[in-house]
Amino acid sequence: MPRPVAAASPPDPLLPDFGLHDLLVAPFAEFGFLRRALVGCLALAVAAPPLGVFLVLRRMSLTADVLAHGILPGVAVGFLVAGLSVTAMSLGGLAAGLLVTLGAGALSRATGGREDSTLAALYLVALALGVVMISMGAGSVELTNLLFGSVLGVDDPALVMMAGVATLTLLSLALAWRPLVLECFDPSFAAAERAGGGLWHMLFMGLVVLNVLAAFQALGTLMAVGLMMLPAVASRHWARSVGGMAYAASGIAILASVAGILASYHLDVPTGPAVVLSAGLAWAVSVVAGPVDGVLARVVRRRHLAG
Amino acid sequence: MSGAIRLRDVTLSHERHPAVHHLSGEFAPGSLTAIVGPNGAGKTTLLRAIAGLHPLDEGRIERPAERIALLPQMSALDRTFPIACLDVALLGHWSRAGAFRAIGSAERASAETALEAVGLSGFAKRPVGSLSAGQFQRLLFARLLVQDAPVILLDEPFNAVDARTAADLLRLVRVWHGQGRTVVAVLHDLELVRREFPQTLLLARDPIAWGGTEEALGAANRLRARMMAESWDAAAGRCGIAA
Repeated sequence: MPRPVAAASPPDPLLPDFGLHDLLVAPFAEFGFLRRALVGCLALAVAAPPLGVFLVLRRMSLTADVLAHGILPGVAVGFLVAGLSVTAMSLGGLAAGLLVTLGAGALSRATGGREDSTLAALYLVALALGVVMISMGAGSVELTNLLFGSVLGVDDPALVMMAGVATLTLLSLALAWRPLVLECFDPSFAAAERAGGGLWHMLFMGLVVLNVLAAFQALGTLMAVGLMMLPAVASRHWARSVGGMAYAASGIAILASVAGILASYHLDVPTGPAVVLSAGLAWAVSVVAGPVDGVLARVVRRRHLAG
Repeated sequence: MSGAIRLRDVTLSHERHPAVHHLSGEFAPGSLTAIVGPNGAGKTTLLRAIAGLHPLDEGRIERPAERIALLPQMSALDRTFPIACLDVALLGHWSRAGAFRAIGSAERASAETALEAVGLSGFAKRPVGSLSAGQFQRLLFARLLVQDAPVILLDEPFNAVDARTAADLLRLVRVWHGQGRTVVAVLHDLELVRREFPQTLLLARDPIAWGGTEEALGAANRLRARMMAESWDAAAGRCGIAA
């Protein structure tokens, strides 16, 4: 890649003599906070995207987003009580998340409304309420942190929580895989076979809340579900089975985490949005070049088969 | 091979408006019954109630202890779902395998046999998204074969399938009848019902007739069924029939 070299400018990371080692490895070798950010994002990346795949298949793509906003008042309560403490904010967020999930279902059943409209109403109120509450006890720096996250500020308790949630999620998915797929594909068959669909759904939604909370530590309210949903949406273009989609989604999320953190370091942009943008780029590539229903696969038509 | 399904003064409703109104009778063990009636007559609701998927407003349904398999209307399923045909057929093992038990080679073999029996040999690994409506219905019949239930409920099994598929699937229904299973099917094609189904329940929210097909589908009964009001009466008072 021949580029004109500006003589007096500070070292440009895209200079041709800039080695692969400096580009990919050195930042992590040099800075502990980058390593922590990477470990945290990788923990999110293996566990959250398979949940996103199930959300996509259930046509609940927006639910995770709703949850991410819905937890904010709970996080705010934790923050007002104990400051920027992972434990307090997580407990508050967990309570708020479960309240929003269960509340939306119960409210729409009780009033005959549609669940998505109830969720929309709840999350708008929750987001506004959360911002007001945090503003009462903090300045704009903390508010920005909570809304947009601080991947580089991930501390030990946050890392432990992210890794714990990832472990719990993967174990639960391994256990509940068959009923979750059945409940997605044919809920009335599941009901007729007494497969306990409602119970599995509750477990699943609980996992989604936990993962949103874990992601919230790094990516903040507004970006938390980026690493869960973008790879899940993209994965549709790479596989024709639920399992294949889950693997593809995790793979994309892992790549996006590494690429996003490196990009944010080299280009000096905020890390959370950089990770989510990388996932967005992977989604765009998938839509264009993915083998299943990708744009290219449709445009470049191969000759039909004989039968 | 199975006990009777007895309905005792069954009323099923959607938001208190009856979909099935004071229905009594029984599906005898080994009987082959068609449920016929205009749209909105409560046919699907009745099947779902027999399968235990719709709550009873009044009355009782006595089911045999055996398993009941239900074929839902095809439109109720997401036909683009990323799942392979063999896996759908394997779902028929659910009552034995459940959420956790392993699927062994015996189960796999029976699912493949079922796929062959419905004319889908070679489809095992194909995703269901690549199937036509008729092929998808064949696949659901394969799942019924794997379920191997003594009572089989079919909701509009021949809708949206071509004549050849309908004939193939009908052959399976005859085989089930011959094996002594109790089969109940919601149907619209009266010719087909007269030809293949010995028993008929003519339903128009209120039960019109239940018995031998020729008699149940007599001109007077069909006229009464057609008189059913399509929509419910928004101002209807409480039902006066004693429970």
